Amino acid sequence: MASLDDLKKRIASVKSTQKITKAMKMVAAAKLRRAQESAEKGRPYSEKMNNVILNLSSGISDKENAPKLLSGSGKDQIHLCVVMTSDRGLCGGFNSNIIKKAKSYFAKLSEEGKELKIITVGSKGNDQLKRAYGDKIISHISFKESKNANYFDAEKVGKIVIEKFEDEEFDVCTIFYNQFKNVITQIPQAQQIIPLNTETSEEDKSEDSYEFEPDEDEILSNLLPKNISTQIFKAMLENSASEQGSRMSAMDNATRNAGEMVDKLTIEYNRSRQAAITKELIEIISGAESL
Amino acid sequence: MSEEFKVEIVNPEKSFLIKEDVSEVVVPAFEGEMGILKDHISIISFLKPGIIKILSKSGDENYYVEDGIVEFKNNNLSILTSSIFNLNDFDKSKQQDLLKQAEEEASKPEINDQSKYLVDQKIEVLKSLN
Repeated sequence: MASLDDLKKRIASVKSTQKITKAMKMVAAAKLRRAQESAEKGRPYSEKMNNVILNLSSGISDKENAPKLLSGSGKDQIHLCVVMTSDRGLCGGFNSNIIKKAKSYFAKLSEEGKELKIITVGSKGNDQLKRAYGDKIISHISFKESKNANYFDAEKVGKIVIEKFEDEEFDVCTIFYNQFKNVITQIPQAQQIIPLNTETSEEDKSEDSYEFEPDEDEILSNLLPKNISTQIFKAMLENSASEQGSRMSAMDNATRNAGEMVDKLTIEYNRSRQAAITKELIEIISGAESL
Repeated sequence: MSEEFKVEIVNPEKSFLIKEDVSEVVVPAFEGEMGILKDHISIISFLKPGIIKILSKSGDENYYVEDGIVEFKNNNLSILTSSIFNLNDFDKSKQQDLLKQAEEEASKPEINDQSKYLVDQKIEVLKSLN
């Protein structure tokens, strides 16, 4: 059994760990509110953008000559996966969930004999994927310096993706991120952005016909690159809200566990202290009796 | 009969502006300025750098935009843009910054015709703000 001194030290160390996790929880809660707000504020833009594109693509008559970003390159051989994770750890299952989702997708791809390329956004995902898929990672982007997700960063990622598409380095692009549902639940998502999936929301297709100026093709070819940045930005916003939510609940758990541990250790400490006193008493009494 | 419609300007970060009592909006559409009144036909167009003018009962407002998409439908005008500034709090230094950026971009040798055109537009508009 550990000595009294050791127990004392352990109790002190668990207590200070608890303080740290508690502080982290508070910080995460404050950040979560902000991240959630900006995620909600960012939604109208991406939704509107999506609507406009749906309207446009339904209006396009000549599917053959549609912009490649919409119709794809006609092949389905090389898949690019953009895996978006956080730059910091200690946020529960946040990163592992995305990685798990991504890895199962990768496995499916390799079963089908497709070629795989990976771009990692955020250093945690890069760390986890490096070992198994190191040779597949073609690029790694990290935004450690920027405090909040901003559109400028998203545009950078978007530009890289579009450049690579135009160089015909891949045929299909999928982004992986966590969708923020609430503090306890974040759903890992795989969203295909190239070629754009226009069939998902068939029901809210409007009947109105629009007038276009200039014509559909030109608008679309201008709009699609923007849409990619927008989708990536949306993913970044969702991700940052999810990260803080996940961290908050992880740290809440950690604080509670530390509390339990302190209680257990304190009982053990008291017991062994009592045992030591009893032992000493027995020694004194038996010493006195032997005289 | 009211001649008002609703305008909504969104940028990626948030809803920038929502106004319900707008009588006319002039947007710098790609093929020239376009004035939009109530009951305009549904239209989608995109913007070149320029000034958005919003005329309403509660006063006129002017915004500088660099790019964006306009969608008008059922008397709802949505403007999606990633760079927009209210001209009221658009000061000299900001203007100079943007102008410098644009001029740098315009002087790049590898620039293509279309972006050259857009950058030239940008410079022109920024200069005219003086």
